[in-house]
This record gives sequence, C-alpha cells and structure tokens, in this order.
Amino acid sequence: MRKILLSLAVLWSMSLGVFAQDHHDHQEHATESHEHAQEAGEHADEHAQHTCGCDEAHEAEYDAGATAFHHISDANAFHLFGELYLPLPCILYAPDHGLSVFLSSKFHIGHHGTGEKAVDGYVLNHGEVMRVSTPDFPKEEVEIDCILAHKGDDGHDHYEVVYQGNCFPLDKKTTFDGGLMGGGVTSYYDLSITKNVFTMMLVFVLLFWLFRAVAKGYQKREGMAPKGVQSFMEPVFVFIRDEVAIPFLGPKYEKYLPYLMSIFFFILGLNLIGQIPFFPGSGNVTGNLAVTMTLALFTFVVTTLNGKKDYWMHIFWMPGVPAWIKVILTPVEILGMFIKPLTLMLRLFANITAGHIVIIIFVSLIFIFGNAGESIGGSSLGGAMAVPLTLFMMSIELLVAFIQAFVFCILSASYIGAAIEEHHEHH
Amino acid sequence: MEVLFLADFSVIKPEPGLIIWTTIIFAIFWYMMSKFAFGPIQQALRKREEDIQGALDEAKKAREEMANLQAQNETLMAEAQEERAKIIKDAKHAKETILKEAKEKAKEEAQRIVTNAKQEIENQKLAAMTELKNQIGTIALDIAGKVIDRELKGDKEQEKFVNEQVGKAKFN
Repeated sequence: MRKILLSLAVLWSMSLGVFAQDHHDHQEHATESHEHAQEAGEHADEHAQHTCGCDEAHEAEYDAGATAFHHISDANAFHLFGELYLPLPCILYAPDHGLSVFLSSKFHIGHHGTGEKAVDGYVLNHGEVMRVSTPDFPKEEVEIDCILAHKGDDGHDHYEVVYQGNCFPLDKKTTFDGGLMGGGVTSYYDLSITKNVFTMMLVFVLLFWLFRAVAKGYQKREGMAPKGVQSFMEPVFVFIRDEVAIPFLGPKYEKYLPYLMSIFFFILGLNLIGQIPFFPGSGNVTGNLAVTMTLALFTFVVTTLNGKKDYWMHIFWMPGVPAWIKVILTPVEILGMFIKPLTLMLRLFANITAGHIVIIIFVSLIFIFGNAGESIGGSSLGGAMAVPLTLFMMSIELLVAFIQAFVFCILSASYIGAAIEEHHEHH
Repeated sequence: MEVLFLADFSVIKPEPGLIIWTTIIFAIFWYMMSKFAFGPIQQALRKREEDIQGALDEAKKAREEMANLQAQNETLMAEAQEERAKIIKDAKHAKETILKEAKEKAKEEAQRIVTNAKQEIENQKLAAMTELKNQIGTIALDIAGKVIDRELKGDKEQEKFVNEQVGKAKFN
C-alpha cells in the first residue's frame, strides 16, 4: 500500500513538473514577444529604409496543439529548468558553406531556447537550429534582433530572422520525407548530437552499466542462484528467451537472441526515460519517426540478410500455387517484405507520440480554461481536471512503454523466424 | 496571429542526423551488449541450466543404480537361500543314505554273527553229540563188557546191574 501511494505521489509530482515547466515557458514567451516588439521598434527607427522589424509580433493566443508539437520535437539544447539549457554539440553541414562544429551555447540561448546570436549563418529558434541561406547574411558570430514566425499559404510555419532591421528567411533542416510533410532537402544538414541523440547515448550507458553488473554477477556467482539486480533482470531475460526467441526462431535462436534483447531493452529504456518530464528525461526518442525507422530498418536488414532459400522462394515463386496466382502473389509478397518494417516503424512512433501529445493536451487544459493566465478560477478548474487525467494517462503510458517494446521485439522475432525457417516441401 | 511555438509536426519528418546517430548508437549498443552483457548472460544461464539438468540426471541415474543394486542384492539373497536349502536337502539325503547303509550293514553283520554263532553252536552240539555218542558207546561197551564179565543171573539182576552201571557212568 505504501509503495502504491509512493508511486502515485511520484507520478503526481511528475505531472506537476510538466505543468510548472509549461506554465513557466508560456509566461516567458509572452514577455519575450513583448520585449522583442519594443526592441524592434527602436531598430525600425534607426533603419527607416528597412521594411522588416520585430514590431510584427503580437500577443498570441495559446495553441495547445502547437505546444504539444514543440514539446515532442527534437532540440539542439537540453532544457534543464528555468532559462538554463544544457548546451549540446552542433554538427552542421551546408554544401555551400562546409562543416560547422560548435556547442549550442555559442548561440547564447535565451528565452525559450531561442539564441540571441547567429553563428556561421545558423540561429537557434526554440531550441532548433535553422539557417539563413541568403548569401548577404554575415557568416560570423553576430547579435540578432529576433525571430519571426508566420503561417504560410501552404499551411506550414515560416520563420524569418531579423538582423539590423533586415528580414532574412530561415531554412529548416533537411528531412527525408520527400516533401510529403512539409520538409525536404534544404540548404543544410543537421548532424548534431541533439537532445534525442544525447538521450540515446545516456540510455546506452545506463543499460550497459546495468547489464554489465548483471553479467558480472553471473561470472562471480557461477552456477549459483542469482542475487540483487541479477535476479531482477533474469526473469525478463528468460521470458524473452523462452516466450519470444525460442517459439519464433526455433533451435537456432541463440544467434538472434542478443539482437532481440538489444532491441527490447533499447526501446524500453528510451520509452521509459521519455516519460520523465524533466532532465535527463523528456526526450521523445521513440516518438520520432527517424528513430523508429532506423530500428525497423535494423530488423529489416537482419531479416533480409538471414533469409533462407525457402523465404525467398515464398516471396518470389510461392510453391504449391497455380502459376496465375503466383503472378498476383509475388508483388503482394514483395510489398509485404517492406510493409512489415513499415508497420514496426509506425506502431512504435504513433503509440509513443500519441501518449505524449495527450499528456501535453491534458496539461494544456490549465491554460485553455485559464484563458492563457487571465482567469485564476479557470486555471484552477483546468488543473483539477488535468491532474487526474494526466495521472491516468501516465500510468497508461508506462504500460505502453513496456507493451510497445515487447511488441517490437516479438514482431522482429516473428519476421526473422519466418525468414530463417526451413520448410519441408509441401507439394 | 503569431505562432508561438514550432507548430510543426516535426517528429514525423525523418532527419538525416537522427537516422545516422541512431544507426551508429544502436549498432554499437547491439555489438557491446552482445559481447559484454547478453552473450555472457546467455552462456551463463545455459551453463547453469545444463548444470541443473546434469545434476538431476545424475541423481536419477544414481537412484536407478541404487535400485539396480538392491535388485541384485535380492537376487543374490534368493540364490543364497536356494543354495542353502539345497545343501540342507542334500545333507539330509546323505545322512539318510548313510544311516540306511549303516543299518543294513549292521543288520548284515548281526545276521552274519548270528549265523556264525549258530554254526558254531551247531558244530559244538555236533561235536558234543559225537563225543557223547562215543562216550555212550564206550560206556555201553564197558558196561556190556562188565555185564558179559558177570554172570547173568536173571533178568532182574541184569536190569539192576545195567541201571547201576548207567547210574555209575559219568558223562564227562
């Protein structure tokens, strides 16, 4: 009973953490916009000939959806608390400028993760690096006025940096969505150690340290009963081995067990650390399509490289089926080869992202009901609703963290199992 | 209306940087964990399970051996019992045979002794009879001589005399 109470208390304080952070951020931003507006006004006086300035900024309404999108996105600086950010290494490559490597603290991270300086033509906008591609923008370290955002005709956001009263359009980083989601190849590539990369490294180190201790326990107490962390992890290990690896992979399971264990614990670790609403958590790694795509690709590569003759036979020329059906079946099977990892990618991504968005929306109730800080009564009502709802959602997310890691693992096992299975001819 | 945050569903746009870093980190993670954690754990678990299975098998084998030994013991015991019974039976048989033989021999001996004794008695009797006859003859001759020597005076006198003589005759 005490344990339950304790975990409830922890969950509750976590949800408060998100609330506090959000509230703080929001206030910060409101003042920031105001300051920038004043500043820009001065600049506009100095450089009367320029048509662009920060006075375009207005008091904005609270947008829960945008807040959610912002909170789940990757960043080039890790927010600690207040205005404190952990700087992360930026590795940026622009074909027309070359490689730029520096710490994101060089941007002089200010209000809400926006840099006060431009470095090598790059700026930090809400924690995300963007680039000025126009050649007349200075390539050295310069102070910028502000960054403007407006909705374009295409429905996507466009950003401009104001420098000495001049507006320069900002490029977002290159993404491989083929323009389907509003991204595409731009003037630069961001290969930085971002918040997500940092989180992955952290999880790597934590898991390695944990399992090294477990492995050492086996070496130290060889042939003896497990003890401590060893006995905590052993049932999980044995469960994956006996319920996932052996049933799906058969007698040759030992070759693939380390892969299944790695994928399970890597995803589980990332899922769990993503549930912590503050540093070193809050990184939405498994809720990012790039990550789930890469992990699904690993399963695809392992499956394809280990595919036996029977596997390829069943894809290209299904035995025991009339020839005219084979003509239909073969394209379907080839499609299936790629659909399998695609579903892996989307399932994990959608589950984690949806969970995070729902939590942020629940917390946003405070701002929606409070009319962005104007109504204390509304905020209190929103808070009274948000706390139990967030608490409930976080428990669900905790469950989802385990389930999705397990599902990814068991489906990978089933795909690999299907590829390495040696059928007996059934004509 | 100004947009405060990145109202961009950026997580659905795969970034090259994140793809590259995920590939590198997961590849190293997979390798390191296989080599230093999951591999050794897997081996240790298998070894322990094999040890436990081995110990169980050994115990089962020992139990079977024990049972075998017991069965062997019982067979041995039964055999010994049988042997003992046989020996006893043989001994009894031998005893009876010996006894019987001895009895027969004793009987034969006794028979022989009796026969011999009878023979002897017969012989002795015969000898005695012969001697008696001889003595009687001698005595009769003696008496007859005496009778002849004396004058036979009448029958009465003669008879008296003979009786007297017979009475005088001593069978030695």
